[in-house]
Amino acid sequence: MPNFIDRRLNPKDKSLGNRRRFLKRAREELKRTIKEQIKAGKIADVDAEHRVPMPERGVGEPSFQPSPSTGERQYILPGNHEFTPGDRIPKPSARGGASGAGAGTGESEDDFQFVLSRDEVLDLFFEDLELPDMVKLNLKESVAFKPRRAGFATSGSPTNINVGRTMRNSYGRRIALRRPSRADVATIADEIARLEAESNASSAHQKRIEALRQELDKLERRRRRIAYVDPVDIRFNRFEPQPLPNASAVMFCLMDVSASMGEREKDLAKRFFVLLHLFLKRRYKRIDIVFIRHTDEAGEVDENTFFYSKQSGGTVVSTAIEEMLRIIEERYPAREWNIYAAQASDGENSAGDSDLCVSLLHRQVMRLCQYYAYVEIIDERETEIFGTTDNGTSLWRAYRTVDSEWSNFQMTRIARPSDIYPVFRKLFARQPTMQLRTERR
Amino acid sequence: MPKGAASNLLFHDSDWNFETLSRTYDAIETIALDELHLDVYPNQLEIISSEQMLDAYSSVGMPLMYQHWSFGKRFVFEEHLYRKGRRGLAYELVINSNPCITYLMEENTMAMQALVTAHAAFGHNHFFKNNYLFQQWTDASAILSYMEFAKKYITKCEERYGTSEVEVILDSAHALMDQGVFRYRRPPRLSSEKERERARERLEYEEQTYSDLWRTLPPSPDGHNSKEAERDASERKKALNLPEENLLYFLEKTSLILEPWQRELLRIVRVIAQYFYPQRQTKVMNEGCATFVHYTIMNRLFDQGRISEGSMLEMLHSHSNVVFQPSFDDPRFPGINPYALGFAMMQDIQRVCTDPTPEDRDWFPEIAGSGNWRETLIDAWANHRDESFILQYLSPALIRKFRLFLLTDEAGDNYCEVASIHNERGYQTIRTALARSYDVAANQSDIQVVDVDLLGDRHLRLQHNVKNGILLDEASRDATLRHVRHLWGYDVSLAGVDAETDDVLYECSTAPTSE
Repeated sequence: MPNFIDRRLNPKDKSLGNRRRFLKRAREELKRTIKEQIKAGKIADVDAEHRVPMPERGVGEPSFQPSPSTGERQYILPGNHEFTPGDRIPKPSARGGASGAGAGTGESEDDFQFVLSRDEVLDLFFEDLELPDMVKLNLKESVAFKPRRAGFATSGSPTNINVGRTMRNSYGRRIALRRPSRADVATIADEIARLEAESNASSAHQKRIEALRQELDKLERRRRRIAYVDPVDIRFNRFEPQPLPNASAVMFCLMDVSASMGEREKDLAKRFFVLLHLFLKRRYKRIDIVFIRHTDEAGEVDENTFFYSKQSGGTVVSTAIEEMLRIIEERYPAREWNIYAAQASDGENSAGDSDLCVSLLHRQVMRLCQYYAYVEIIDERETEIFGTTDNGTSLWRAYRTVDSEWSNFQMTRIARPSDIYPVFRKLFARQPTMQLRTERR
Repeated sequence: MPKGAASNLLFHDSDWNFETLSRTYDAIETIALDELHLDVYPNQLEIISSEQMLDAYSSVGMPLMYQHWSFGKRFVFEEHLYRKGRRGLAYELVINSNPCITYLMEENTMAMQALVTAHAAFGHNHFFKNNYLFQQWTDASAILSYMEFAKKYITKCEERYGTSEVEVILDSAHALMDQGVFRYRRPPRLSSEKERERARERLEYEEQTYSDLWRTLPPSPDGHNSKEAERDASERKKALNLPEENLLYFLEKTSLILEPWQRELLRIVRVIAQYFYPQRQTKVMNEGCATFVHYTIMNRLFDQGRISEGSMLEMLHSHSNVVFQPSFDDPRFPGINPYALGFAMMQDIQRVCTDPTPEDRDWFPEIAGSGNWRETLIDAWANHRDESFILQYLSPALIRKFRLFLLTDEAGDNYCEVASIHNERGYQTIRTALARSYDVAANQSDIQVVDVDLLGDRHLRLQHNVKNGILLDEASRDATLRHVRHLWGYDVSLAGVDAETDDVLYECSTAPTSE
């Protein structure tokens, strides 16, 4: 007789603690990897991929493992049908050969992948970012109200009387109070008329008529007292004004494509815009993007042209701002749209134009925009000189004045891909300026 | 089946209860002990649910295990496969302990429970108790209490020093688990519970009475001259007993930065690695033994009329799933199935003993036709590991049956060459090559501590003896080196030296300056 022990009622989930530890670790690891990916310039990939495999490293358990691509090995395999010694078998490319490699050594690390959906990845990515002025979306700027049916009310304007409901109430009340119907009255009246017509003078006959008359009178009085439609029956349609959330946003991408914007500069700008787009897409149900590029004249283009065309020329920044204003007026009324703008430039501008830009911003743009970010793309060598000071290009110096006055204006400099994410965070970090801004309005 | 025999059946349908389990166990035990002459630890059979089986999986099959995220990872991984139906659960789990613990899943049918009892409670149990590797290297009676100690100790450390502090040490120790076993000399036995308790108390006392002020005493006025230092260094090196292949052991004893409790953690990981080391060397034999035992016992029970045809068919179905060996070009091919190979070899030994061909008489003159296959098998189970077992017992008949062939693969070429096939000229080569592929020590990268200048920069030098030009995978190598550095506290470098020519093939280091 062996020792049987029934363990089924023992606590389950002995490994729950271990699993928690693992998931915590995996999450940290994933966050780190995604940040690295962004730095390495794979923003577009993050957007495109729907599933991101969990990287091996942080949750991998490294050990000294033989490298499969070196040295001489021997494998013993079962199931030979046709080979004779000396036969040469082409190696299956890449991993296909691994089935052979696993045969002799017996053990190999499982290629464990922890798969996250794109949404989860982006959630991780934007975990602690917040767009400024989210208040506007929720409360302040709900410009439109749409009446929505919300049941019935006992009071209201006559135009809103709900006849069906009112009549139903009145009918019920009439039944409950036993209001004599027209048919009842008519029957009795007919009866009286018939009896009177008989010209029978017997006292019983007269008495009968008298009783009927009294009955009729009672009915008439009752009918008068119990109204056909009483004020308590009346019901009005009730409407509630429902705010329409302004859940659409438009994002203006302004980019300088003048000759001074080389491949590197365009690439940096592009990455910034992709990031911004990803971000806004998370926040708004509906988001439009308007691409405006400018040389010495500006124009709206599609995304492909925006990033990949090779057009080039001089630089007049204000043209882009004017184009933006034109488009806002035409298609995106500020009452309905949350407007964001991001401008990328190397800061080179034709003489005198910077002042025009600033005045455009002061007078119009800043009032319309939720947020205006200016990103100046500078040479890596310049970071040391300009990194912290206010000196710089004419555009930069001019924009400083806007910056000091409008809290929804932010400007910063980018020199390397690795700068983008921190800068982006700086631009869109939760800011204590929200109240200031609403007061001014 | 005649009607009268029905009363002789151990069980009739697929439901089980403890009475049936016990009756079946007794019947199996009779055959195992009296007919097969097995020698087993006392058995303890535990009924668990499938969730508990998953739990047991993720803690490396130990009933008690300390907490670590990697076990959680294993759980998530296994559960994922299980839920997707890509992998079934094992029907059983058996622990090399005294008493020998076998887990039976409640979902199993009675036929499966019988199969599992024969397989694990007798096959594996006999192997654990009698194989020389297990006898020498593991202590079945101490492991459970040791695991209990380990679990408690680590929990205590987590409370005292914080989970993350413990975790980083365990991470690093796990990375070196493969390098944490004594391969050639016998490890010191697990000291008894009492002794360990005393050692721990001593450590705690030292911790309490340690005063940092003593460290600030001025050095002795005459100081060390260089000659003395040199002599000291060589003495230290000698005392360190270098070269040392057990990295974890070396770090545990020698690292200058580890606190006593951290050393104890390394020791725990090392002891567990050592405990599992024999299992890795005897996969084919262990599974082969268990499979052979259950197959023999089940057939015997059927012959006795104690199992119905339906149950027998069910068992045979599971059995043939377990010993299925797909061909190399089959998409299901995962490598050579240790169950299939082990079982086939043991059946082959039985055949050679009872019904040999002339070829067998040539190859196995000592056992061919001797008739006593039981003794031959029991002797083989006790005295071999996979490598020596295959080298001694793989017969040409079996090589033909499996249609084994040998491929050589050189990294530079874009083809593999068939070196030998299952013919007269190939038998020996194939047998030797297959045996070598099961030699854990030969297939694992040989990495040793060769030098450390404790009085100088304390740079730890490791050497990888490269065999057949097989280098280490660089990414995991560097990551593992960082773990070594973490435990050692100072820079660590690894040099790959060709085992035959002594040429240095590569060098890498955690020091920022060097390449």
